[in-house]
Amino acid sequence: MAKWMSVAQVKEQIEESSAEEVISGYLEVIKKSKINGYITVSEKAIEQAKKIDDEGQDGLLAGVPIAIKDNISVKGLPNSCGSRILEGYIPPFNAHVVEKLLVAGAVILGKTNMDEFAMGSSTETSYFGPTANPWDLERVPGGSSGGSAAVIAAGEAPLALGSDTGGSVRCPAAFCGVVGLKPTYGVVSRYGVVAYANSLEQVGPLANNVADIAILMDVIAGYDRRDSTSIDRKMAYQKALVNDVKGLKIGIPKEFFGEGIHPDVEKAVWNSIHKYEGLGATWEEVSMPNIKYALASYYIIAMSEASSNLARFDGTRYGFRNNGENWNAMVSKTRAEGFGTEVKRRILLGTYALSAGYHDKYYLKALKVRTLVKQDFDRALAKIDLLMAPTMPNPAFKIGEKIEDPLTLYLSDVNTCPINLAGVPSISISCGFTDGLPIGLQIIGRPFEELTVLRAAYTFEQITDYHTKRPLEVA
Amino acid sequence: MVYENPEGIKIGLEIHVQLNKLKTKMFCGCSSDYHNAAPNAQTCPICLGLPGTLPVLNKKAVEAAIKVGLALEGEIAEETQFHRKNYFYPDLPKGFQVTQYDFPIVSKGKVVIEGEDGEHVIGITRAHMEEDPGKLVHLGSIEKSKGVLINYNRSGMSLIEIVTEPDIRTPKEARRFLDKLRNILEYLDIFDGNLEGAMRVDANVSVYWGTRVEIKNISSHKGVERALLYEIMRQKNVIRHGGKIIQETRHYDEGRGVTISLRTKEEAEDYRYFREPDLMPMRVVGWIPSVRETLPELPDAKHARFIEEYCITDMHARALTSKIMLADFYESICAKGVDPKIAATWTADVLLGELNYRDLAISSYDGKKIFFLNTKGMKIENSFKVSDMVELVPLFAEGKISDRSAVEVIRSILDSKGEKSPFRIIEEKGLSKAEDDLVSKVVAETIAENTGAVQDYLGGAEKSLNFLVGQVMKKTKGTADAKTAREFLLKGLKG
Ligand SMILES: [Zn+2]
Repeated sequence: MAKWMSVAQVKEQIEESSAEEVISGYLEVIKKSKINGYITVSEKAIEQAKKIDDEGQDGLLAGVPIAIKDNISVKGLPNSCGSRILEGYIPPFNAHVVEKLLVAGAVILGKTNMDEFAMGSSTETSYFGPTANPWDLERVPGGSSGGSAAVIAAGEAPLALGSDTGGSVRCPAAFCGVVGLKPTYGVVSRYGVVAYANSLEQVGPLANNVADIAILMDVIAGYDRRDSTSIDRKMAYQKALVNDVKGLKIGIPKEFFGEGIHPDVEKAVWNSIHKYEGLGATWEEVSMPNIKYALASYYIIAMSEASSNLARFDGTRYGFRNNGENWNAMVSKTRAEGFGTEVKRRILLGTYALSAGYHDKYYLKALKVRTLVKQDFDRALAKIDLLMAPTMPNPAFKIGEKIEDPLTLYLSDVNTCPINLAGVPSISISCGFTDGLPIGLQIIGRPFEELTVLRAAYTFEQITDYHTKRPLEVA
Repeated sequence: MVYENPEGIKIGLEIHVQLNKLKTKMFCGCSSDYHNAAPNAQTCPICLGLPGTLPVLNKKAVEAAIKVGLALEGEIAEETQFHRKNYFYPDLPKGFQVTQYDFPIVSKGKVVIEGEDGEHVIGITRAHMEEDPGKLVHLGSIEKSKGVLINYNRSGMSLIEIVTEPDIRTPKEARRFLDKLRNILEYLDIFDGNLEGAMRVDANVSVYWGTRVEIKNISSHKGVERALLYEIMRQKNVIRHGGKIIQETRHYDEGRGVTISLRTKEEAEDYRYFREPDLMPMRVVGWIPSVRETLPELPDAKHARFIEEYCITDMHARALTSKIMLADFYESICAKGVDPKIAATWTADVLLGELNYRDLAISSYDGKKIFFLNTKGMKIENSFKVSDMVELVPLFAEGKISDRSAVEVIRSILDSKGEKSPFRIIEEKGLSKAEDDLVSKVVAETIAENTGAVQDYLGGAEKSLNFLVGQVMKKTKGTADAKTAREFLLKGLKG
């Protein structure tokens, strides 16, 4: 069995043998893993595959395995969020996206590693240890959905779900050389996804190629009445798989090519833009003057929301508990030992930003900046169809290189987090290599115009072979 | 006469009203009928705040809030907006409460009460929606509790918090306001005030127009009046002894009847309010006309109509409209064609008086009978039928039973737990009014048998006549009409 398969190839394999055999194949690969991509491997995967074989399920993903980020609830599987504080917690319900996957016949392989509560860009803040980048085992896979991206790059799953609050799908996609999409806010239900920053995040698909992203979107997207921010809008994502970008107007926001960008990254992105030009698209530089404030605004909003979202982890009802002489002491001790340093840092900063006396100065100001950033996107996307920029200014860094320096680490979200502030869709695809490390191209579209984003990404794949390259370290 | 408010008392109230008549909770599908459920049986991932769950706003709760707003003559917001109030407490499963902050669903309403100097308007600052936390059950007293159990059945119940202006001037006015408010809310059919925890009150009070003190979580209207009386006395004492009132929150100890300091303003919590990102604003401005159509006749309107339509006194109309169940009960009696004035007297004066004497409150009315609760809020097996009044009123109106007998009939119905009908009681107890010739016969006997009293009366001792009337009543076992007996006696004594 080939290690890296597309959904179509997986389905062919199932035709030829069985879902059970395909799933066992993946479980074998996972067993030999060198990357620590999974926190939990599902013991029910084989059983699920057998059932699909027996019943002859004909869903869009019948028998196709998928890895799920460990902050997306799967009934009966631990949902750690990469944290000690959820020790022993097993959700009694499925996230909306998981329900959709199961209906489509997908087989859940397991739950993937992540930065604790999705707070990080390297998957190093996980209580379960870091995940290695399959392209260089000494390097980070990006984050926070580092496990989901790494298992795809390592051939341990053909599909994965991540969540993207400020770049958490696109960053690891770029670092691991896979495809990752952050849909428009409201397109995919958040029901069952443990919130880090509710107003920013979306569940996003990860895969080896754009076609598989479209298939996965066809399964998981759509209205869910349990999520009040969900939007009722039907789209057929696979219709986007058209090899044509003629006449597309591409905007290049110069603010995304700022100080500190790696020259090879810059070169690879410009090469890509010229390829699009060669296919009949046009490009122009655009200016988005408020982008420089986006990172600060993003962190204040995300941390503020997080400080409230994570208040429920108090040891009273579920998860890790450290007893104390009374309830207050128990809560303090539980949270002191249950949360890691980065989570505590963000809770403290978020609490501070929302406190009386600072609320207007930080939180409200961040909301105002968010509006300005949104206006920048509206203005830019009014005259052009797509924005293109590097996903990450630099390729994957070494494990341990930045973890002691949170500000530097925060800075790596500079090109991804503005997209979440604006709520627009954005995809990261592989567009080159530097020293054997993948480089990500970010394609950003108008709200609800995932189809245009996917079409541009798909077309790029037709004339390049970056997405077919595999890391030798894990081969 | 204008009430001068000599002690400069200002009272404002915050009332938490639980919408316990809605079928489901505020953000999930759990049943709101949790009072008889096993602990934590009526919960789900959403109201337990399990990670990943999201709230979905119950439209019925919004409709109820709009209804309250219209009934209180307030302004209704065009859309809903929710905030998170962040604090840690074991009964709060998410570590925050979803509530409304600077954009309440209702603002600027009013309630008119019978104040110290006639009609008095209490301004309603705002009314907003929020979710109820769970409930802590202390093992032992709050101070010496050995442990705490948490019941999340209440978690996520819909609440409306109604905040008044500090327009209330006496503890009595506070109680009248609360009675009136409860009455209005029961008219709206969104709330059963008899259920435990249905209405919880925080009171702000200051004396001599000074610093206000907040008293938290008082569970009964009587308790509010008592807590305020105590707190006003306490504040006056502090000032008399040269002290200063500090802005603080106090707890009312119902058992000891005193207020105890909980925390001062310096220790006040910072709730870090911010917009609830999981709930999008819901435009409700379009709902207002249709909600207005569902608005029932409210107590004041019903009171005026009762006076007009049934020609009853202001007092009777007020008593009969003081509870929607009672008003409906009374109107069902009148609908059967009996004399509404007599029905009003027998319902408002006698029946209500008797219930009051027995410490019973009306709990419900099913169109045929009213049912009762005792002081502990327990339903008791007893009832009073519309048909009981419909039988009784004409018997009295046509002079077939006496005043005293009619009272006896009402008591006997309640004694029989609503089982016996008036006809049966009259027959069993021989309560039919004595005929005039029987009375005149008994009068003659009485005069003959009580020569001493007769002599006294003729000698000028007017009181002796009362004694003789009493003797006649005794002989007729109360079936004689006292007025007739007196007339016949006077005639006989003259002769
Ligand atoms: Zn529930």
